[in-house]
Amino acid sequence: MRRDHLTSHTSARPVLEIRDLNLDFGTPRGRIHALRDVSLDVPAAKVIGIVGESGSGKSTLAYTVMGLLPENADVSTGSILFEGKDLLKLPALARRRLLGDRLSMIFQDPMTALNPVRTVESQMIDIQHHEQGSRSEKLARALDMLQRVGIPDPQTRIGAYPHHFSGGMRQRVCIAMALLVKPALLIADEPTTALDATLEVQIIHLLKDLQKEIGCSVLFVSHHLGAVAELCDRVVVMYAGEVVEEGTVRDIFHNPAHPYTRALLECDPGRIRQKTRTLPTIPGEIPSLLGSKKGCIFRARCPQAFNRCVQESPIEYRMGLDQVARCHLLDKKRLVSA
Amino acid sequence: MSALLRVEDLRVCFRMMGPLKALATGTKSPFIEAVCGVSFEIRKGETLALVGESGSGKSTIARTIIGLQRAVSGSISFDGQEIEELSGTERKPYLRRMAMVFQDHVGSLSPRLTVRSLLTEPFRIHGLKDRDVGGEAERLLRMVGLPADFARRYPHQLSGGQARRVGIARALALNPDLIIADEPTAGLDVSVQGEVLNLLARLQDELGMAILIITHNLNVVRHMTDRMAIMYLGRFIEVGSTERIFEHPRHPYTKALLAANPEPDPDAVLNRIELKGEVPSLMRRPSGCEFHTRCQYAQDICTRVFPEPSASPHDTGHSFRCHFPLERETVAPVQERLGSSVGPKPARARHGRAYALATAVGTRKARPSTEDGSLRKISPKTKK
Repeated sequence: MRRDHLTSHTSARPVLEIRDLNLDFGTPRGRIHALRDVSLDVPAAKVIGIVGESGSGKSTLAYTVMGLLPENADVSTGSILFEGKDLLKLPALARRRLLGDRLSMIFQDPMTALNPVRTVESQMIDIQHHEQGSRSEKLARALDMLQRVGIPDPQTRIGAYPHHFSGGMRQRVCIAMALLVKPALLIADEPTTALDATLEVQIIHLLKDLQKEIGCSVLFVSHHLGAVAELCDRVVVMYAGEVVEEGTVRDIFHNPAHPYTRALLECDPGRIRQKTRTLPTIPGEIPSLLGSKKGCIFRARCPQAFNRCVQESPIEYRMGLDQVARCHLLDKKRLVSA
Repeated sequence: MSALLRVEDLRVCFRMMGPLKALATGTKSPFIEAVCGVSFEIRKGETLALVGESGSGKSTIARTIIGLQRAVSGSISFDGQEIEELSGTERKPYLRRMAMVFQDHVGSLSPRLTVRSLLTEPFRIHGLKDRDVGGEAERLLRMVGLPADFARRYPHQLSGGQARRVGIARALALNPDLIIADEPTAGLDVSVQGEVLNLLARLQDELGMAILIITHNLNVVRHMTDRMAIMYLGRFIEVGSTERIFEHPRHPYTKALLAANPEPDPDAVLNRIELKGEVPSLMRRPSGCEFHTRCQYAQDICTRVFPEPSASPHDTGHSFRCHFPLERETVAPVQERLGSSVGPKPARARHGRAYALATAVGTRKARPSTEDGSLRKISPKTKK
């Protein structure tokens, strides 16, 4: 198994290890397989990006780790090891204690992530309920954190309500709250999607600086390739509930192995230097996830699909030192070169 | 070619508080100016982009053109006819020739109507009852590349990209001369975004309508549009041909916006101006040049004097509002050296002179050089 091989030669154990995770949503039309055999590692003090189109299961994965899934979700197999403990087997109370302590999260929409009827001060003190210390100590920590995320004049601003802040400022407050508890793992679910372009750059740099300072790991979920390229150390590409490719940020962006990754990168108009009136697209749509699937999940939209893709699900093929992709084409190449 | 739509000195205000509260709080004017003094024109078959961050007034302009918002002053003329003054019924024949694709692609489709009724509603509104409704719906769906059986679906049965296509199909129903697309790709995945933009480009080639695109995504603008206007706090700060602005932005804000979209390349060394802070509140408009609070080149004059639009010497269609417009990257270092060889002078005098030269000749380097204002380039990879 490649994972075992990986862990044996890396010195520290990853903060988060997800193994063969399968998740279904029960619906009146049948079971939707939203995550299929997802495995990934988040090493300590690294930023891992998850990219994919909407419906690829990237947010579902983030919510599964946090334990925030709706009632109709059902994890059928797999394990999520966080600091050596399987989150799926922990009792509910023990799991809940991890939230806002070792695990914390930044949500997509800063407009609705904060409680509108309570001041930022009381929310920032509340989130430290796991910590020891008096109220004034907690307040001092909150003020210090607001200062660090770049909110001017925190002494007066901390007493304000969320609606007194603009979108970018609110996302800063959310980041401050998420990092206030010094988590081992921070999950950021599209933290810049609701923000303007100039703010997006500011927030990405802020996250990067704070991550280095605190030394936590970050699982960064985004569909924005530029943001991922700028922030992450490793990238996981998801398509229709499967991890199709994983590797270091340079490998993924410079040397993508999976046809889907290549197609996704080609679609980004930011990469096209020459002015063009016809932008590249990925023809077709994400397949329905109802029922079980045989063969490669991307075959219907893949320009290079062949017989084997219909019959057999591709296994993980290793490329170079640290890049893994699920595509039959890679197998063929290896045979030819051998 | 003549102008299809001409907007002159448009001002749109919103009331922030009632007269009593204004009196009680001592506020001089209870209004905020969302759009102040904007002029532009769109020629037939042309694509113009309005670009800016949220709150810059770009959607307000679109809503005012289409009549969802009244202007305080200024004129909007469509095909030579002034339409801002007209009442609702008088306006109707002109509205028939413009159509809007709304930003919220699912929210702008009524959840209780089928796609067929949504697509044929424009005919009912404009009293074209004699049309073959079923046939028209099919024609429109085919035009945007959706199968004909979509006519029976309801909006909740559509994906984001499909809902956007239905929105575009509805806008095309009456063969308009002008389509206003408000953030046509916001919230869509990159692959779907390409589809929607290709569709708009193809339809424009086939039908020859003009398009006004409102967006904050500059990558979209580069491939789609002929000209672009960059907005900041309700004003145009730079207008010109898309190609020229991308090649050579003159306003620091434009340059910052161009660099703000992170490149999908981990090794890209961006020549980036990183903006600090956020767009100021419209209720507290900064004095002088409104961008000075975030501008790294801001000088004393910027806080006092509002810059008048100046045109580029190379291209009269390219104008910008800045006291110290950016020069070409390749030229800057040479002129910086020239600037420093002049020797120490009182900073103010030098800037004043540089400004005068820049407006008179337009080719000289206007940027204050050397010690205080040297061009700071931030590369995200080397920073920290």
